[in-house]
Amino acid sequence: MKDTLGVERPIIALENVEKYYGEYYALRGISAEIRQGEFFSLLGPSGCGKTTLLRTIAGFEELSGGRLMIDGKDMKRVPANVRPTNMVFQSYAIFPHLTVAENVGFGLRREPLSRDEKARKVAEALEMVGLRGYGARAAHALSGGQRQRVALARALILEPKVLLLDEPLSALDKKMREQMQTELRRLQRQVGITFILVTHDQEEALIMSDRIAVMFEGQIAQLDTPQQLYRRPNTRQVGEFIGVMNFLPATATVSDETHIEVEAAGLGRAVIAPDQLPGGWHPGQTQSVGIRPETMSILFPGETTDRRVAIGTVEDLSYYGDMTYYVVRLDGVDRPMTISMKNLVGRPVLDRGTEARVAWDARSLVLFA
Amino acid sequence: MKSLRLYAILYLIFLYAPIALLPIFAFNDGTVIAFPLKGFTLEWFKELLTIPALHAAVLNSLIIAVSSALIATCLGICAARAGTRFAFPGKKGILGLIMLPLVLPEIIVAVSLLVVLLQLGLPLGSWTVVLGHVLMCTPFSIAILNSAFQSLDVSLEEAAIDLGETRWSSFRLITLPLVMPGIISSLLIAFTISLDEFIIAFFLTGTNPTLPVYIWGQLRFPQKIPVIMALGTILVLASVILLAIAEYFRRRGVARTGQADAGGFL
Repeated sequence: MKDTLGVERPIIALENVEKYYGEYYALRGISAEIRQGEFFSLLGPSGCGKTTLLRTIAGFEELSGGRLMIDGKDMKRVPANVRPTNMVFQSYAIFPHLTVAENVGFGLRREPLSRDEKARKVAEALEMVGLRGYGARAAHALSGGQRQRVALARALILEPKVLLLDEPLSALDKKMREQMQTELRRLQRQVGITFILVTHDQEEALIMSDRIAVMFEGQIAQLDTPQQLYRRPNTRQVGEFIGVMNFLPATATVSDETHIEVEAAGLGRAVIAPDQLPGGWHPGQTQSVGIRPETMSILFPGETTDRRVAIGTVEDLSYYGDMTYYVVRLDGVDRPMTISMKNLVGRPVLDRGTEARVAWDARSLVLFA
Repeated sequence: MKSLRLYAILYLIFLYAPIALLPIFAFNDGTVIAFPLKGFTLEWFKELLTIPALHAAVLNSLIIAVSSALIATCLGICAARAGTRFAFPGKKGILGLIMLPLVLPEIIVAVSLLVVLLQLGLPLGSWTVVLGHVLMCTPFSIAILNSAFQSLDVSLEEAAIDLGETRWSSFRLITLPLVMPGIISSLLIAFTISLDEFIIAFFLTGTNPTLPVYIWGQLRFPQKIPVIMALGTILVLASVILLAIAEYFRRRGVARTGQADAGGFL
């Protein structure tokens, strides 16, 4: 979608959006642009404001401040029923007294279409979500996964500019959830509609999204691609929330702009590239470094490496079959760290209490204030 | 276990024996309510058809009961929806005060209403009885409708709005059909309460008595008692039919929306 100057226009623009209930701030100063056709996730713990933000976009909550634009139009005083958004609710909100076809076709009630055209659209929508031939069934007799599909078909039949999904997979069992994740992604590519997904499951957000906004306490802590979020979290809180991250106390010194030296407990000195620094960084702020479990490895006896090596002790381990998770305490550090190792052929699983030589790279360190 | 069963049987006899006496004496060919029975007759039922004052009382009661049921249920829908959907200051207190007539002595309510109406100089009549009955029936309606609204997913109405409906049309298309079993229950219960309510009707009725007030008046004449028995038989039969209809609709509603049957009045 381009404006008259040929500049890509965001489908949703949030400008300093605020929402408060009395003294309680649910959203504070949210600014973000969501692009046409992207799969965008709002990720955060419960109570972080992600659902409030979604409901604000849908029109169920009024803004207390700021501006919300959808497709270039200010949504102030535009009620939910005329907004170009449709929603898949957490409970699916399937109308239990209607059939599957009546549910899916509900949004067409006010459309100026003939009975045949409506029936054809309903059949198409059911086909799209893999529920062909289910139209005459009573909606309340469906399984969880089928309800989810009906909710999707019902929301997509009006061809909204944006589809809003409020924790749509949280009620499904693990296997069903994984299947629906793949299917949602496929569906999104197929219809080309912008999807905004609210989830508290970081893995789900990483798997499905083009970009993720991580939210804490009503604010966006970081908005990035899944890879960037995982590899370069801006704050300790983000690093902790997404995946597993080990933290070590550290200090940083700068000799010149491209040469930053970090002294991390247990690891020693390392030179850091500028892109490993958090935004708005200055050296005095550094208090810790973060390092992911899979970027380190424990050398088995006799193994040599050209990577940096730190010495520690295996305190505990969890054997997962394909992987082993070691809890290792580096010499001179009081908090143990987690290291994950693939169980390759010929690599022995180390015992508790043995010495561990931990190989690591300066490239995988992330600095935090 | 045996003594418990005996207890249950005695309890049921105590509960239903007086009602069982109604049809027995309604068909008994004798003016005295006493055993032994004299013989079978339809005389008392025939006599029911010949009393214009009774017909007027029945009609009056029906009009009052239908009006009270409709008004109480409408008020109940509003209160139940507000109570289950919205948070507002003083909500608990307000709902508590609305439910109070449920436990307030009826005679106090009746006397207070009478005093207020007389002070205001308003004429007594069927409408004042409706007023009193709405006061008595509304708490029952709210209690029934509260549970109907509470079992409803709040997202359902939002989903309908999201799909293009207005607030009112989504209420009409989604909420109303789903709480309909509750509405029918409420109408029926309120109708029944109003129909046999005596104290308020006795105080507030004008020159046209309701059926219970009329029956009470007839008890002064011993020879009228078999006729009252016949009338009672018809009323019991009508109540059973009414409740059966209500239960039929409730079960159909439950089956249609696929909820678990949590039991109704029957």
